[in-house]
Amino acid sequence: MLGAAIIVFRETLEAALLIGIVAAAARSLPGRGRWISLGVLAGILGAVVLATSAGYVSELADGVGQEVLNAVVLAAAVLMLAWHNIWMSRHAREMVDGARAVVRQVTEGSRELSAVALVVALAVLREGSETALFLYGMVAQGEAAVQITLGGALGLAGGAVLGLGLYAGLLRVPVRHFFSVTALMVLLIAAGMAGQCARFLIQGDLLPALAAPLWDTSAWLSNDSVLGSLLHVLAGYDARPSGMQALFYFATLALILAGMRLVREARPAGPRLGAPAAT
Amino acid sequence: MSRLLLCLLALPAAALAATPEIPLVIKDHRFEPAEVRVPAGTKVKLVVDNRDATPEEFESHELNREKVIPGGSKASIFIGPLNPGRYPFFGEFNEATAKGVVIAE
Repeated sequence: MLGAAIIVFRETLEAALLIGIVAAAARSLPGRGRWISLGVLAGILGAVVLATSAGYVSELADGVGQEVLNAVVLAAAVLMLAWHNIWMSRHAREMVDGARAVVRQVTEGSRELSAVALVVALAVLREGSETALFLYGMVAQGEAAVQITLGGALGLAGGAVLGLGLYAGLLRVPVRHFFSVTALMVLLIAAGMAGQCARFLIQGDLLPALAAPLWDTSAWLSNDSVLGSLLHVLAGYDARPSGMQALFYFATLALILAGMRLVREARPAGPRLGAPAAT
Repeated sequence: MSRLLLCLLALPAAALAATPEIPLVIKDHRFEPAEVRVPAGTKVKLVVDNRDATPEEFESHELNREKVIPGGSKASIFIGPLNPGRYPFFGEFNEATAKGVVIAE
């Protein structure tokens, strides 16, 4: 039971923390709860479908179908997170300036929330399919269903508690700093996902590793230590990254930052409708 | 930019013919062989054949690799080029028994 709990916890953690962060980051958008729940639901459905076809996917593309799929899912998530952060950077400035308290248009908010929902769905899909496969394996091994269910529920609850904790913690950050904090977290998560995307492409031999490893900090902070795995989820930490991984990581970081800066500096040409002049 | 990307994508295809394939079997939640000898300094394709009915996750922090291999299926994992040395790996879903090491020499 404990084995199941630990593995489900590990798989849940990444998605749970991501949901905690994006749910907090989207706090000003009306209807976010519905969108995020929709994302979770779609992710779970997708995960079950993916898990049942895992054997088929695995043998695609000359045995590296899983890498291709993971890389595509991660790349899509990075794009959505990038867009979210760039869009939020303007929205956040207006919020902090007091120019407006809520999103101007409902459509604008829903477009943004659909990106959030997609990010959530992709995260749940990736982690969920591995969890489903693992649990299926335990059932096939003849483990008692009660034990598996209990263990799985325990692991899931553990991950959910941490995600909720992060969410609650973030909401306590003063509004002045709130958007900078969440933007930084989303930025680091996106860069980390881009690095992971590169790692899958290298593992499938679709990209060269360049220097492998570029550095090795496993003696100080290994990937499987508690701090290491938390940093891995939150900031894409890897004790032995390849050169290509680092390239993807820092290029993503730079591109999103540049996008955020561009959008923040571009002021609308005409007077903003319905918004009191900001001082 | 896109041309550069194309070149990068073409690189592995050109090298494919020369990549040695090393078979690795999972049976009864154990890796066979548990010691995998590979040439150092060159890319290697591990072809993992999971003969159990249950899935296994091949994982190695040292090799920076992680892959689920569904029950009754084969999957490829590219590793290296490695410096000479020992690179432990394990099956995350059955950590007690599924252990092995890649020895690059």
